[in-house]
Formats: sequence, C-alpha cells, structure tokens
Amino acid sequence: MSPAFLNLIETTLNGLMAGVMYSLVALGFVLIFKASGIFNFAQGVMALFAALTLVGFQTGQVPFAHLINAIFGTDLHHWGPGVPTFLAILMAMAVMVLMAFLIERLVLKHLVNQEPIILFMATIGLAYFLEGMGDLMWGADIKPMNVGLPSGGSFWWEDVTREWASEGSEYYGMYIDTLDVTAALIAIALVSILTIFSQYTATGRALRAVADDHQAALSVGISLRTIWVIVWSIAGFVALVAGIMWGAKSGVQFSLSLIALKALPVLILGGFTSIPGAIVGGLIIGVGEKLAEAYIGPLVGGAIENWFAYMLALAFLLFRPQGLFGERIIERI
Amino acid sequence: MNAPIRPDTQLHTRADDGIATGDDLLVTENISLSFGGVRAIADISFDVKKGEIRAIIGPNGAGKTSMLNVINGFYHPQQGTITFRGNKRRRMRPHEAANQGIARTFQNIALFGGMSTLDNLMTGRITLMKRNMLWHAAWFGPAQREEIEHREAVEQIIDFLEIEHIRKTPVGRLPYGLQKRVELGRALAAEPALLLLDEPMAGMNLEEKEDMSRFILDVNQQYGTTIALIEHDMGVVMDLSDRVVVLDYGRKIGDGTPDEVRNNQDVIDAYLGVPHEDA
Repeated sequence: MSPAFLNLIETTLNGLMAGVMYSLVALGFVLIFKASGIFNFAQGVMALFAALTLVGFQTGQVPFAHLINAIFGTDLHHWGPGVPTFLAILMAMAVMVLMAFLIERLVLKHLVNQEPIILFMATIGLAYFLEGMGDLMWGADIKPMNVGLPSGGSFWWEDVTREWASEGSEYYGMYIDTLDVTAALIAIALVSILTIFSQYTATGRALRAVADDHQAALSVGISLRTIWVIVWSIAGFVALVAGIMWGAKSGVQFSLSLIALKALPVLILGGFTSIPGAIVGGLIIGVGEKLAEAYIGPLVGGAIENWFAYMLALAFLLFRPQGLFGERIIERI
Repeated sequence: MNAPIRPDTQLHTRADDGIATGDDLLVTENISLSFGGVRAIADISFDVKKGEIRAIIGPNGAGKTSMLNVINGFYHPQQGTITFRGNKRRRMRPHEAANQGIARTFQNIALFGGMSTLDNLMTGRITLMKRNMLWHAAWFGPAQREEIEHREAVEQIIDFLEIEHIRKTPVGRLPYGLQKRVELGRALAAEPALLLLDEPMAGMNLEEKEDMSRFILDVNQQYGTTIALIEHDMGVVMDLSDRVVVLDYGRKIGDGTPDEVRNNQDVIDAYLGVPHEDA
C-alpha cells in the first residue's frame, strides 16, 4: 500500500476515535431529550462536575475548602490520601444520582407542563450553577485525571502497519492513541448496556413509554417524577464516563464544559431522538473533521477542524432537518 | 420459553377487594371544577356500583371527559370528594389512581406509538410489578421470572381481544380500530377494579362497534370488571349500560336506568331530541 493511502486510513481511524468522544457527550443529550423533551444545556457541565468530583474524591480534597478557609481562617486542603479509584468512581456516581434527585425536586417539579423553551432556560441556569458549584467545591485549577486508563501511542500498531507499506517507501507506521481505543471500547459497552436496558427491562419500557406519551404513561401508573430521576441519573452516569474520558485526554479543566458545544453538530446530524444517531453522528463529525483538516485544510490555510463540524451541521439543517435517524416531525394542520 | 397459554385461564381483576357486587365502588360527591372563569363541572354527584356498566352521556362540552379526568387524577376538583373502594379523597395523582386499580382509555387514543402491541400491554401491567425499578434494571433473576409471569397474563389478553397477529407491530402503524382495541388491552392489562372508557366506539364503523361492544360486555360479565364509559352512540349506550348519568353544561340532569333516562323530559330536551327508537 502506498504511504498516501495509509495516511488516509490513519486519519480516518483517528477521526473515528475522536468521533466516539463526541458521541459520548451527545448520548447524554439524547437520553434526556427523548424522555422529557428537554434540551439539557447543562450536559457538558455535568461531565465537568462529575470529573471534578471524581478527582476530588480520588485525591482526598476537602470539598468547599476555599470557602471554609475564607470564612474560618483555617488552612484546609486535603483530608488524606484519597480513596481508591474504583471507590471514587462509585462515590462520584452516587453524587450524580443525588444531583438528579435534587434537579427533579428543586427544578423540574416546579416546571411541569411548561413550554420546552422554559425548561431549556432552566437548564442554562443549571449549567451556570453547576459550573460555579464545581469551582467552589473543588477549586478552579487544572487537575490531571488518572484512573489507570492506558494512554500514549500504540507501538504494536505502529509495527504492524509499518509492514503494510509497499517495499522501499519511507513509512514509519500509524499512530493511534490507546486512550482513544479504550474510549471507543467503553463507549460501545455503554451503548450496548443502554440499549439492552431500554429494550428488555420493565424500567426501560417505562422510559420509552414516557418518551412516547406523558399522559398515557401517567394513566397506566408510571410516576413521571421517578422516571425523571432515573433519566437524569443515567445522563449523569454518561456524563461521568464522558468526563473521565475527556479528563484523561486533556486534564480536568473548566473548558471541558465547552465540549457540549461539539455535541450540537453531532445531534443535528444524528437527530435529537436517536441513540444510534448520536453514535453515527459523532463518528461522521469526527472523521469529517480529521479528513477535512488533512486534505482541505492545507488549501485554505488550515485550522478548519474547529468549524468544519458546524458547516456540516448547517448543510444538514438545509436538507434533512430531522437528522439521519431522528423522527420526522409532521405537523397536522 | 414461556409456559403454554391455556385459553381457559381467567383474566384477573382486582375484583376481590371486599366490596360486594352492587355496593358502591366509586362515589363522587358535589364535584366542582373550573378552569379560570370557566365552570366545567358544577356540583355533580353520582355513584358507580361494583360490577355494573355505567354510562356517562351528554352533549359536547357537558363535562364528561373532565369528570373522567377528575376520577383518574388528571384534574383536581376545587370542591367535592371522591370515594373509591372506601377511601375518601379530594385529589389524587394519576399514578396513584392507577395503583389503586383505575385504568382508562382516551378519546383521542393515547398509546405508546413507537412500541409494539406487546410492549404497550406490558407497560399496562407496571402497577402489578412487585419488584421495584432497580430490580427491573437488573433484568436477571427474580425480575426476569416476574417478567415471564406478566407476559403470560398479557398473552391471555391478546387472545381475548383477538389481536395475536399484531403482537409485534408498532402500534403507531395500526389502523384506528385496532389501536382502540390495543388501548383497551393496555387498560385491561392493569387488571383494573374500575375501567374508564372515553368514547370507545368513536370513529368506528358498524362492524368495529359491534366487536367493541362484545369485548366490553365480555369484560364486564366474564371478569366482573366495573366499567364507566362515555359514548355518543345512543344505541350502544342503551344496550350496554346498566345505568346512565346525563350531564349538560357541567350539571347532572338525569340519572337512572336506560329506560328512565330515555323518558326523562330534561334529557330529551337537552340531548336526545326525540325519544330514542331502536331501529
């Protein structure tokens, strides 16, 4: 194979891996949108908050240390060496479930039957609240995320692909980050679990029922409030996974909340109501970005990776506004 | 995987609750409901006896559907009380009403359109599932065993309503008449003590109406389920029901057996127009 062709493969592979990361974020959006019709602006911040909490538990930080120090003149920062990673993940998950419960109790419960735009505004408020809360609880410094995931280039893959190049060409093998591969595997597992859960369990059936028709769901005895807590917990879980992955990639920092913006083009492509859509949309955006950067970028001076996704989304809005897999909305008049 | 379905097995209801047939199952007293300045229901009282088919009739806008919505908790009346199976209450949440054994269908079908007939009926049994949600999330072991038990009960309802052929079809794709039948099935799946039917025959052709009437009578007679229904087809109402309550402008203007109601001058003036003649 010629090096040029191998480069194409490498770019595509890296695009797929990046796409998986986008899918992870988009997935959280889709889950909440399907079940409650709410576009949850806070999904990105939830990922940040989950990651901060995880690192905080792991490293033994005292929550609200700055606040306590400022008020009482103490000098608290760490309470100890922290808890093992696995336990920290469980504790962070517990915090996300508690958050889901509080969101239902303090926000959603009071906004039943309101317009979607009102609920959307509420989630914007929630996003700012969570961002400030994360800052106050755990501090604003950039923290490394170390949960024992492999990272760095795979030498094995480099060796294997070096052999593929045609004889005599100068090719040194493909680079692929093991962290990206791990993220892809975890995302596949996550989606499989979610699919099985929603298709084959009674709770999953109740979730689908609520997504389909609120009134009918109420009449058969489903408590909407319970379902909302469950949905937001699941979204919190997905946020935690996304937070771990993104945190391991680029450190836990406040710009993490902006990855939510990257999920928007993914959602427009895949459709707001489709879990497979979120996955495929993420992959298309990932691959499209990388290929565009590599092959169109040089012609226009580069750095098109940052806006290419939005261009793609715009094109989709013109020709297929419901996305690839979304439900076509037909308004009867 | 499943045990064979025996066609002779009974559909279950929550009928054995200590209330004897003919006693009060549901009593509404002095119910008033307004939306802002609009009075939808004014001071309505009536009862539903256990084991009967009770019809609620009246012109459009008389407050019939509002009354059903009050009974199953969608609307909360400003005044009045509802006594169901001996428990007196003012207001109630819909899922609590469902848990106490009130199931209903809707005037404009409210099914889970993206789900199969089977899944719709299984969802109807949610109040009968004893394991909590976390168990169901686990999917294995006891939760799965329970799932199979419920599946058997649902298959009996599917047999009963003769909808075997659409078991796996997403209900959104079904024709209207079948959707109505699936909706009845979902309500029956809850094994209700009181079944509320909001215009079960609306928009149906004669044959579909006959089928639906037969199902309603069978549910009532074979399984002893108490039924309260709203219907505009007077032929159907007079044939099916044991007693009829007539509403007009949110007020009760008649209450009694089909014959009494048919000859009630107020009812004739407000709704029937001329004395009903069977064709």
